[in-house]
Amino acid sequence: MLLIEDKQIVVPGEILAEGDFHSGRGTFKDADKVCSSLVGLVAVRDKKISVIPLQSKYIPKRGDVVIGKISDIRFSMWNLDINSPYSGILPAAEVFGKEKRELNKAFDVGDVLFLRVVDVDEVKKVKLGLKGRGLGKFRGGILIHITPTKVPRLIGKKGSMINMIKDQTKCEVVVGQNGVVWVKGKPEMERMVQKVIKTIEEEAHTSGLTDRIKNMLLELLGENTEKTDKTSKEEDFEEKLIQ
Amino acid sequence: MKKNSFNRGDIILTSKLIGNSNKGSLITSGTKKRPDGRAFDEMRPLKIEAGVLERADGSAYLEIGDNKVLAAVYGPRELHVRRLLKPNMAILRCRYNMAPFSVEDRKRPGPDRRSVEISKITTEALNPSVFLEKFPRSTIDIFIEVLQAEGGTRCAGITAASVALADAGIPMKDMVAACAAGKSDGQVIMDLSEWEDKEGEADLPIALMPRTGDITLLQMDGHLTSDEFQEALDLAIKGCQIISEEQKNAIKNRYGD
Amino acid sequence: MPSRIGTVIKMVQSIVPQIIKESVVNLIQKGERADGRGLDQYREISLETGIIKKAEGSARVKIGNTQIVVGAKPQIGEPFPDTPNVGVLITNSELLPMAAPNFEAGPPNETSVELARVTDRCIREGEVLDLEKLVIIPGKKAWMIFLDLHIVDYDGNLIDAAVLGSLAALLNTKIPSTTIEGDEVVIDYEKMVPIPIKEQPLMCTLAKIGGELVADPSLEEDDVLDARISVGLRADGSICAMQKGGSAPLTREEILKSIEIAQEKTKELRKSIPKA
Repeated sequence: MLLIEDKQIVVPGEILAEGDFHSGRGTFKDADKVCSSLVGLVAVRDKKISVIPLQSKYIPKRGDVVIGKISDIRFSMWNLDINSPYSGILPAAEVFGKEKRELNKAFDVGDVLFLRVVDVDEVKKVKLGLKGRGLGKFRGGILIHITPTKVPRLIGKKGSMINMIKDQTKCEVVVGQNGVVWVKGKPEMERMVQKVIKTIEEEAHTSGLTDRIKNMLLELLGENTEKTDKTSKEEDFEEKLIQ
Repeated sequence: MKKNSFNRGDIILTSKLIGNSNKGSLITSGTKKRPDGRAFDEMRPLKIEAGVLERADGSAYLEIGDNKVLAAVYGPRELHVRRLLKPNMAILRCRYNMAPFSVEDRKRPGPDRRSVEISKITTEALNPSVFLEKFPRSTIDIFIEVLQAEGGTRCAGITAASVALADAGIPMKDMVAACAAGKSDGQVIMDLSEWEDKEGEADLPIALMPRTGDITLLQMDGHLTSDEFQEALDLAIKGCQIISEEQKNAIKNRYGD
Repeated sequence: MPSRIGTVIKMVQSIVPQIIKESVVNLIQKGERADGRGLDQYREISLETGIIKKAEGSARVKIGNTQIVVGAKPQIGEPFPDTPNVGVLITNSELLPMAAPNFEAGPPNETSVELARVTDRCIREGEVLDLEKLVIIPGKKAWMIFLDLHIVDYDGNLIDAAVLGSLAALLNTKIPSTTIEGDEVVIDYEKMVPIPIKEQPLMCTLAKIGGELVADPSLEEDDVLDARISVGLRADGSICAMQKGGSAPLTREEILKSIEIAQEKTKELRKSIPKA
């Protein structure tokens, strides 16, 4: 028997169903009861009940692409903060091959990189790699942090949401599965993307979001054109005065 | 007002001999009103808010009676003290602290023996509720600050900490709720005020995982017959269940629908 | 944590990514800030007083998300031997581990001690308390006012929040009246009177970033600043305390400019103080 509805907010320990149900992500089974282990939204698919967390840490998985920051340089590797309870290691061999070079000449503490998670072992030691398209060091731009569970919402179905944002603001946007986002474009556009992403994060669990974001973008872009129009009108006026 | 002659942190079981109450085991379901007007099984006004701090991963603010408690959680996060690392699970570390201005006589900053003990039992009260195996080699740090104390701060702290853990997205089997029962003025009562704690005959704080009924914290000091103990225990359990509902509401209100 | 009692812990420096440093500096050089504020604009300020009943005076201050709970508690004690005719002010601050991921539990570190001492100097030299009125028996008994700063959330600019919160807490403070019977001091808790207040100084902190001065540094700005200067001013605009921070130098012009900006800003900050 189902005791809750799809998309309902539940808390840890809350009994979701009794009887012949399977426990999915974010739930556990206690005898014949499926219970939530998290604060999140219930997702019921046939006999499987899951809870999508509203807040969580990023746990690295093999194959993920992440944005990390170099936090330490050791003998033959860099240590990176990947916005997770687990830091990642980038072996020097990934960059230099068999040659021996000075690590900090390539990447120094404070550099931000786009990497792939190559391997995660049973005790969560994380190995990172740079082989792949688009991976490497970021230059310029800004960084935005969001809860990792909201990343799929930010990307949207087949990239619909993120592409809409990119197209409208003409910014480069790279989304790491670890909840770190890199944006580069005109400063006003970067700030616009930041506002939009924050809104998506806050309203990720609501419906009709894509349309609202579309409208938000149009509004913000409209305001921006007004601002630039005004500025250029003022500049024209000043020029006339000087003449 | 009399002050306790024993430091609770040092001695768990003390005998409080009160002259006027010699009715012993049969005082139950009292009709006596308590000094603040409450019935024997009435809790002080309770308010819980989740997600009140910006930097912490999870947080909660709780008021019960005149108690004001703030709890915050960071984690799971990297553990730098290698000797504490557990290879296949996270560890829970808890720090209970009272602000210097939280009590009548200013308390010197820093941990005292009582805070150290409460930190330990709070950790033990919350441990059974967390799915620690999901996060090997990491730590979950819990910080409890008592901003104002009015009897029952350890229970308030545990209750708030549980909400903060949930707010931080940490997977748990249940949210732990804590409440004290005891005996004052000859009757068994729920949720002792500061005065009842100091002047009463017994104090029994417990922490409960409501779904299964598992008790994760239990302390007692004072004087109770076996019957009175059972009554008090049941009252405390009832109190925990009431508090558990408030915990759930606090979380759900945070994401307001 | 129990295992750490007695050891001194340095605050773990958080590494600021190069990208963030660059973007903050670039924006400021264009006259803008990452959160959209003007260079001399403060974040939203909220101030509540009388929130802790057990403290004779208290306040909760928020500047942006930086949040401090301040408690003031008086105690009878001995005045300092070199100042037998005045009461005593003692300021303490706790950068609680809950306030930031890199704050650790333990005795106050250098940042915490500096915060307490700078706040103390501003309050003391700014003459908030009429300390002469706080002596009870000269040389023997005086009021000792303990000001405790409990930092619960750190999001940049602790100093201004600490001074604002401390002033508000003291304005809110009541002490019991005392009478002297022979050698003894009789304290009457039934008759609480407002603590004698003289002045109302406030502090304004500016950060030097990319050659510009910005008021009320945010968390990011605090992390990337080259230098920082805090100016404490009384209501009449006279200077009562100053503190330079950060590892880079300031020029004479920058210091004078900071005082100018602080004059304006403290006037604005004063408006946040709740009317008695």
